Amino acid sequence: MTTGQATAETPVTQDTYALSGRDRAFGLIQRHGATAVLVLLLVVGSLSFSRFPTGENLGDIAITSSFPAMVALGMTFVIITGGIDLSVGSVFALGGVLAAYAVRWGTVAGLLVPLLVCGAIGLVQGLLIARVRLAPFIVTLAGLLGARGLLLSISHEGATTYLIPHGSVLARLGQGHLFGLGYPVYLTLALFVVGGVVLQRTGFGQAVYAIGGAEDAAALMGVPVARTKIVVYVLSGMLAGLSGTLNAARLSSGVTILGTGMELDVIAAVVIGGTLLTGGAGSVSGTIAGVLLLGVIQNLINQIGDLSSSYQQVVSGAFLAVVVVAQTYLSRARRL
Amino acid sequence: MSDITADTAVAPPRPAGARTLAWLQNYGVYAAIAALIVVNIAITPHFLSTENLRTQLVQVAPVVIVSLGMALVIGTEGVDLSVGSVMALATALIPLYLGYGVGAAILVALVGGVAVGLVNGSLVAFVNVQPIVATLCLFVGGRGLALVLAGGRLKDVQNGTLLDLGSSSVAGIPLPVVVAGVLTVLMAGVVRRTTFGRQLVAIGGNRTASVLSGLPVRRVLLLVYVLSGLLAAVAGVLATARLQASDPSSLGLLMELSAITAVVVGGTPLTGGRVRVLGTVAGALLIQLVRATLIKHNLPDSVAQMVQAVIILGAVYAARGGTGR
Repeated sequence: MTTGQATAETPVTQDTYALSGRDRAFGLIQRHGATAVLVLLLVVGSLSFSRFPTGENLGDIAITSSFPAMVALGMTFVIITGGIDLSVGSVFALGGVLAAYAVRWGTVAGLLVPLLVCGAIGLVQGLLIARVRLAPFIVTLAGLLGARGLLLSISHEGATTYLIPHGSVLARLGQGHLFGLGYPVYLTLALFVVGGVVLQRTGFGQAVYAIGGAEDAAALMGVPVARTKIVVYVLSGMLAGLSGTLNAARLSSGVTILGTGMELDVIAAVVIGGTLLTGGAGSVSGTIAGVLLLGVIQNLINQIGDLSSSYQQVVSGAFLAVVVVAQTYLSRARRL
Repeated sequence: MSDITADTAVAPPRPAGARTLAWLQNYGVYAAIAALIVVNIAITPHFLSTENLRTQLVQVAPVVIVSLGMALVIGTEGVDLSVGSVMALATALIPLYLGYGVGAAILVALVGGVAVGLVNGSLVAFVNVQPIVATLCLFVGGRGLALVLAGGRLKDVQNGTLLDLGSSSVAGIPLPVVVAGVLTVLMAGVVRRTTFGRQLVAIGGNRTASVLSGLPVRRVLLLVYVLSGLLAAVAGVLATARLQASDPSSLGLLMELSAITAVVVGGTPLTGGRVRVLGTVAGALLIQLVRATLIKHNLPDSVAQMVQAVIILGAVYAARGGTGR
């Protein structure tokens, strides 16, 4: 890894005051670039399309973004430790199917079963990564296949779609509204506030940053490296499972084909939000901006109408490329 | 054996357990294939029939071709997530240019693959972006572009010459299999016998040292990603010919995962510095055989996927033990 990038222990001392000012400017762009572009897109969208700034449309963006956002929250923690979780798309789909399957035993089971199973998948992955020291990329790749296999065996090879009865408490959790926004939006916001506090204000959060910055140094300083990593992967699995559960509740059924390729969209959102894939730097506020940015791009392309939705992928891919190149230059400039 | 390692130091004598692990790491994949074939001859009816062998080989050919490029990329400590999107792009380009003749259509499809490789390679080699992020851009954007080009529709391909590519045989061996075989031999030669192959492995082993010793690191990296894109495009063309249709929304989906699996199961470490071409082909064959065996015996796809997950973890665990890390 020759690109050291900005890590947790970026030197604070600078040679000159001028450099320090530039340094701060670059840091600001890196951390808040996604937010700035998001605001810009919202303004441009509002001026260009009369149907864009309506409460209904914005609420729609919020609810469709809330499901990938929950997954991205867990992914942010994983990536800050220098890892990656490719299994979230499968786990997301598995969570939905499990919820729809387990709701026959009551609402509590419908919520708890997916959380526990998806948390267990995260636990196994975390153990393999932290204790057996296998590469996160490979472990979670196997997790992607394993979770999808488990999903297929529960749903009789995808032939059975379990339904969540209309009017049940679980369905209302996914479909209910308060002040024009769906319940999952409020839950996502709450989770991000908690996630931000945990990451910035607790010892666990500091351990997450330290491991991503320099794992060996963190271990030598007595940071519980293995335990922190395991918790991070459990968290990612549970959040993906929770997101899948609520999504299934919103759709009233556990759709088996969801979530394919979701892991890479979520990683893209996290990277756009300014979290470095090399670990050690990033924030949950950037992640929510990244997810919303991709959601707004999709919505705007739908507004244009005669453009096919395939353009959304092209724009997202191009945007990701621009962000990544900019990030690399910015972090290199900061190191100079 | 067509693999070379960056560290040529003589390994110190190791205890028996470590030696078993090292043996497993080097030859486990071949042993597993041999065992599976023996088991299949015993329990699967018609396993040795020409028809069955042909089907298995034709199915595995595109995966083998893509995996060859992936093996080179992983040998440089990189990864190429865009291969599935390149296949989609190739299949979308073919019907657009069939009017100029089959040769032109295939050429354009291959140029598309090279172009994607150039973008990936430039991001990795010149901008110093991590390979996983650099190729993620075109993973997301490439398939979108393919869908835009194709107008989001499945198109039938009725050109006889192109379809022959997928269905004709040379000396009884289906053409896609012949192409995969020739490319395997070529790649094995490139890795073992050429300066480029040596440089590639050296860069994967230690990029900083390679830069310091004056290797053309950027040029080699660029070429590696271009080769990966080109091979993925070849696989896309062959798959289009076999399917007799251009379907950019589904062709090559999850191909990146299949290819990475084949490479890793074949004994190429994700940490780079080593390329095992024959091992990669064996890895692809092993996964294909496992799936075919399970499906032939009416075990569902769900079990096949979970077995595949266990095989990946087992292969990586063996590799880790063998290198003593």
